[in-house]
Amino acid sequence: MSLFRLKGFPGTGNFRHGIHPPDNKALSEESKVEVMDVPESVTLPLLQHLGVPCKPVVKPGQIIRYGEMIGLGEAFVSASLHSPIAGKIKRMNVVTLPNGRHLPAITIQADGDQIPPQKLWDEMRSKDWPRDCISIYDPLTIVKIIHDSGIVGLGGAAFPTHVKVTPNDTRMIDTLMINGCECEPYLTCDYRLMQEAARAIVTGALLTGRAVSAREIVICVEDNKPEAVKKLTEATEQTVIKIAVLKTKYPQGSEKQLIKSVLGLEIPLGGLPSDVGVAMSNVGTMATVARGVIKEAPLTHRVISVSGRGIKTPKNLFVPIGISMKEVIDFCGGITRDAARIIAGGPMMGFSFSDLSAPVTKGTSGLTVLTHDEISDEKETPCIRCGRCVDACPMNLVPTRLALAARYNSPSIASQYHIHACFECGCCSYVCPAKINLVQLIRTGKTLVAAWANR
Amino acid sequence: MSDTIKNKEPIAPDSADERSGPLIHVAPSPHINDATAHTQRMMTDVILALLPIIALSIYLFKFYAVKQLLICVVACMGSEFLFVRMRGKALTLKDCSAVVTGIILALSLPGSAPWFVGALASVVAIGIGKTLFGGLGMNIFNPAMVGRAFVMIAFAQLMGAGSYENVTGLVDAVSGATPLSALKFNDLFMPASSLFWGTTNGSLGETSSAACLLGGLFLVLRKTISWQIPSGILLSVALIAGITDLIGSHSGLFLVHHLFAGALMFGVFFIATDPVTSPLTPKGKWIFGIGTGFLIMVIRLFSGYPEGVMFAVLMMNAVTPLINRWTNPQPMGEA
Repeated sequence: MSLFRLKGFPGTGNFRHGIHPPDNKALSEESKVEVMDVPESVTLPLLQHLGVPCKPVVKPGQIIRYGEMIGLGEAFVSASLHSPIAGKIKRMNVVTLPNGRHLPAITIQADGDQIPPQKLWDEMRSKDWPRDCISIYDPLTIVKIIHDSGIVGLGGAAFPTHVKVTPNDTRMIDTLMINGCECEPYLTCDYRLMQEAARAIVTGALLTGRAVSAREIVICVEDNKPEAVKKLTEATEQTVIKIAVLKTKYPQGSEKQLIKSVLGLEIPLGGLPSDVGVAMSNVGTMATVARGVIKEAPLTHRVISVSGRGIKTPKNLFVPIGISMKEVIDFCGGITRDAARIIAGGPMMGFSFSDLSAPVTKGTSGLTVLTHDEISDEKETPCIRCGRCVDACPMNLVPTRLALAARYNSPSIASQYHIHACFECGCCSYVCPAKINLVQLIRTGKTLVAAWANR
Repeated sequence: MSDTIKNKEPIAPDSADERSGPLIHVAPSPHINDATAHTQRMMTDVILALLPIIALSIYLFKFYAVKQLLICVVACMGSEFLFVRMRGKALTLKDCSAVVTGIILALSLPGSAPWFVGALASVVAIGIGKTLFGGLGMNIFNPAMVGRAFVMIAFAQLMGAGSYENVTGLVDAVSGATPLSALKFNDLFMPASSLFWGTTNGSLGETSSAACLLGGLFLVLRKTISWQIPSGILLSVALIAGITDLIGSHSGLFLVHHLFAGALMFGVFFIATDPVTSPLTPKGKWIFGIGTGFLIMVIRLFSGYPEGVMFAVLMMNAVTPLINRWTNPQPMGEA
């Protein structure tokens, strides 16, 4: 169908179905990463990752340094938490994250001498990241440092990275794939990071590749990010890392679709990338791994993009984790008069929220503020069974069937039509001419199926 | 219909208090959708694609075409209004689907059929064919074809070949009977060019294959209709007619007649492709197309009717739920 063809890889650079929403990346892709100053206080929820919450190891009133551990991830699928500022533990409280979860959190009041955030960012984008002495690091040491640094996937799902890289005798990793697709419209943080800190990403990739003993390391980028490809090509010279330039299409950055695109492999339903010998991680995570291993600094800061026509000046920012959304929005000039929706993440899979005191977490890739003209708020009309959702679904499902099954409370039909395979990318809702929010109905359907299975 | 998702009322920016700033509301993702994808736009696309056929039918059949179109469109919209009112539902005239049904119905009737034929067909199409099933999107059978089938059986005299002969106008000079009747009952062939351009007798919209192809290709390119259904029908009709042609040694004219005469081209692009009554998946659409083509040829060759598009489509409509069940696709990763 498509003329696009990926060279040098088993895959085609493309996957079945998917959509082409306007990417709107022009709003912020030219803005260099700006560094935000140390905020007066930060609020750090104890669950910023997928898995078990971490356990607080500090008490109110305690003085802490930059990077000191404040929450310990005891369980295997958990991640430790470190302070992004020097200060004093103010209190333990509860915050509501944009995804709706109420979580215990630690608030830290800035106090004492701070490490200037600019220094941290300059370190990240420097050209001195090593490429050739990676072998001095023992693979297990790398895994341990990743674990101790509280590193989680920065692409959005925030899955603890050490879980992915811990050696497993039954599942050998053949290929390490570094995800720089950033297929969500509006978001540009990974694009900026690939341009400005390509060397850090490469070092992180080499270290992680060593940790998982990968035979191949591939950095995957969509073809709408030529500058990133250029910078990464320079940074990967004389290394084993290959770069795969893929067709720009949503959801190219989804794990299953990306593996299909690059390697031509399909993860079995309900399986993990390791089932096909792949470990995948985001570019931002790689830069953090490099910093963790080489500079012995935990995950305390990240790059986010603040975009959308509802924000006065869209920007890409280097921010401490735990800073409030309000401070981030104010730093970008505030929201416009016609702003209608504030989203943590991108417009396809992000969560809209209204409480601006919510903190930036490890998994926050951006903040998108959309105007009335940009959002979809049209009235739902009856399904005319046109099948566009079927042609859009990257998992090859029949979304309208699943939605109907959910609406009319029939979990057996929903599960017969493989509702569990849906990863809620939103393609079906995007293309629906009747403006039915199929994904939301499917989410309802999943809970119905779960309740039905446990009956 | 139960509404699990209550539609979010859009908040006008000016409803926000000047001092408190913009009102922010929350909703589940995705937060954007394709502005070009719209049910109403699909319907207006179909109307646009029908324009060349309407123009040609008015050119050929003059007042007869205008009268039939007006009767059917007005009657369809009137019935939609009435029946939706009776069900106590919100008015749905704005989605233009009743207009599309009206036009397609009118174009599938002979121009000379008296006013009550068109009016009754419209009431049956919208009332029984659509609203009784629950309105747009819920019907099993193509509404226009339900209406047409009703009057076809109720007024066989007025709908059959006989009625075509009364039409005055350009086509009178060409022939009385429709090309397929002439072929079936008198073994007569028409010149291929008049079949293609439409200077033959027939129902209002079926005479010109050229006009149907033009409109149909527009719809395929706009992705308003699927390409699999038209391809499936044309392939199977061409195959069966081609084989019959070879056996009977008709030197190609038989094949040409079955492809370009009668309602085939009109049915292929405007009737069989109705999204509501055709399958969801690409594979299902192929099955539907091939099955429809097969049934068309079976009816044309072996039944008492010279034409089979309507009944073939209705029969395939009936098995569409079954096709949908058969063609439930395997999700990615399910070997």
